[in-house]
Amino acid sequence: MINWMAYRKIYFFVSGIFIALGIFGLLKWGLFLGVDFKGGTIAEYKFQDSISTEEVTQKLEGEGIETSSIQITGEKQYMFRMSPLNPNEKDKFKNILETADKSPEELRFETVGPTIGPELVKKTLYAAAIASIAILLWVAYQFKSIMFGASAILAMFHDTFMLIGAFALLGHFFGAEVDFLFVTALLTTLSFSVHDTIVVYDRIRESQGKFGGNLYDLANKATTETMVRSLNNSFTILFMLVSLMLLGGSTIKWFAVALLIGTVSGTYSSPFVAVPLLVTWGNISKKVITRK
Amino acid sequence: MKFSPLKKVIIILLLTLSAIYVILPSKIPVKIHFGEFDIDKTFTRPGLDISTSRFSINKDFELILGLDLAGGSHLVFEAKVGSLPDAERKSALESLRNVIERRVNLFGISEPNVQSSSFEGKNRIIVELPGVKDTKEAVNLIGQTAQLVFVEIGTGEEPSFGVQTDLTGADLKKATVIFDKNTGKPVVQLEFIQEGAEKFANITERNVGKPLPIYLDNVPISTPVVQEKITGGSAIISGDFTLNEAKNLTVQLNAGALPVPIELVEQRTVGATLGAESVEKSITAGLVGLLMVLIFMVFAYGKLGMVADLALIIFGILTLALYKLIPVVLTLPGIAGFLLSVGMAVDSNILIFERLKEEWKKRNFADALEVSFGRAWDSIRDANIATLVTAFVLANPLDFPFLHTSGPVRGFAITLSLGIAISLFTGLVVSRNLLRVFVKEKKND
Repeated sequence: MINWMAYRKIYFFVSGIFIALGIFGLLKWGLFLGVDFKGGTIAEYKFQDSISTEEVTQKLEGEGIETSSIQITGEKQYMFRMSPLNPNEKDKFKNILETADKSPEELRFETVGPTIGPELVKKTLYAAAIASIAILLWVAYQFKSIMFGASAILAMFHDTFMLIGAFALLGHFFGAEVDFLFVTALLTTLSFSVHDTIVVYDRIRESQGKFGGNLYDLANKATTETMVRSLNNSFTILFMLVSLMLLGGSTIKWFAVALLIGTVSGTYSSPFVAVPLLVTWGNISKKVITRK
Repeated sequence: MKFSPLKKVIIILLLTLSAIYVILPSKIPVKIHFGEFDIDKTFTRPGLDISTSRFSINKDFELILGLDLAGGSHLVFEAKVGSLPDAERKSALESLRNVIERRVNLFGISEPNVQSSSFEGKNRIIVELPGVKDTKEAVNLIGQTAQLVFVEIGTGEEPSFGVQTDLTGADLKKATVIFDKNTGKPVVQLEFIQEGAEKFANITERNVGKPLPIYLDNVPISTPVVQEKITGGSAIISGDFTLNEAKNLTVQLNAGALPVPIELVEQRTVGATLGAESVEKSITAGLVGLLMVLIFMVFAYGKLGMVADLALIIFGILTLALYKLIPVVLTLPGIAGFLLSVGMAVDSNILIFERLKEEWKKRNFADALEVSFGRAWDSIRDANIATLVTAFVLANPLDFPFLHTSGPVRGFAITLSLGIAISLFTGLVVSRNLLRVFVKEKKND
């Protein structure tokens, strides 16, 4: 049997490096917030021919419409980001596009007012808090120990933080936007992370009941027994997500990336964060008890 | 009643066959050209249409696509209730929602969806209009308060100041568009209810020979001069309308005035082409991913993997059928939720098979199978319940105002939780019985 738990410090160190990278990215660049959070307008159009983005930007400025970016999303397909447009401004915007091209086709037009973002953040925090508490209670109840519940939740926060940190970097280098779909991916990571952790914990619980023994050995045994399953399971989810990322189209690409990061981190964190945390926690509480 | 595994497998297959019937498209074109042999016709899959005196079931088994896939507009309005006391606020919002719903329905949009949401003192009305791309007209139609008032001009002394009469839009029975016989222009004809007709007769009697301006939302739209007392209970507004304007005005008048003004705070429009592209791409992505999973399972677990693949295909068929039966409004995040639940469905099988590999070393296959299913169940149950808890919070079925009440998060959570529920069934019942039958055949060999 491999002595997985002997290398706990290495696992914590690896996680620490990634978390530090995430914190660095968040502090230096922050998250690249989309219109869902900031408010604003995004409009995607398909044109008959390629257009000169500079010319269009200038013309729009002439009408008092500031474009923060124009992105090419496909063949002769452009996405404009602007401050929020009201219906009259939208008309102006459309007229200008029509001077640049014969018949631009509107693929998507989204305007989000500035009040929507804070509401989205609050609702998401509430949802995450309720889900976390419910999971904590469920795990603590099923495993008859708050130690299991708390370690599972800590591993879960580890994964959500990984994802947020990763998007600070991806946002800066590749323009990955944090939007409504990102929030969904974040919340899914919560559940996936715990899903995976419970499978390993279940093995500890089972062996404990059957053979007894100390937590350290039980943790090693459970990690060994579930390693192949964890890998195989993440492969199947990775297959689904990678194909979604590569073939799913531009709207869903970053969503798939976010889920992918959450899945990888969730799989990693079960044996290498949640279980080591459990062992370390067990050691500390034992020391405290003996000292008494 | 206890069924043998074989009987259970047959029941499962029958269930799958009826699910296949549900998921087939309603029209299946068949074109075969083979020498003399030539078939070119469209098969129609009839829906379910049962009606008795007590109940009626009518389902055509169509998949309902959300706005992001089918194209359409999602509008969010904020109600300006600031001046209203708390007690009246609730009823004002309720009637606001109703008026907007009536307006949208009268406008003739198929299957609109109007819902209200309140969060920390902000009151919103969410309007979803499938297939509507020109939002400007829709926004104007929905957003106008449509407060109709008739104003009496004072008797000579202060002619510039009007006095609002007690005749308002609330006295209306019906507004219709008709064409002026002389000018051919569209005008709006108002018919009053009895009480309104009496008020109107009194007002016109008092004002013979004087103008009687009609205001809509504090803007004069028409200033007719009263010729004589009108007792018939009908009036005509001949503003300088285009046909569309006149039509929209009648819609607004017929639906009633908005009790509080509203403001557009969010607008999302997706064209049908982008939606169709998303559907096509995610189906391709899903099929490619699924195929890779199927191959991987055979590669990793051999014959067991094939059984898991069969169970997985049954999972897909049952899930799609349920989407149509419930029905679930499928959105882009919803598709992602489905794909993720495919991953979770495979997981149950992987957990069991890994267990089976261990147990198989200790005992014969049939016993090992039962033992592994029993042992794996604990972790499958605990893990899936944890996921279901999260999905439940996200889907917010009890409509708690402090959680997400609409939008992509919900669509995702609904397909994910359905997927988990079905995966428990296919993982534990379907694969298990398939394996049992498979083992029996082995013994007979």
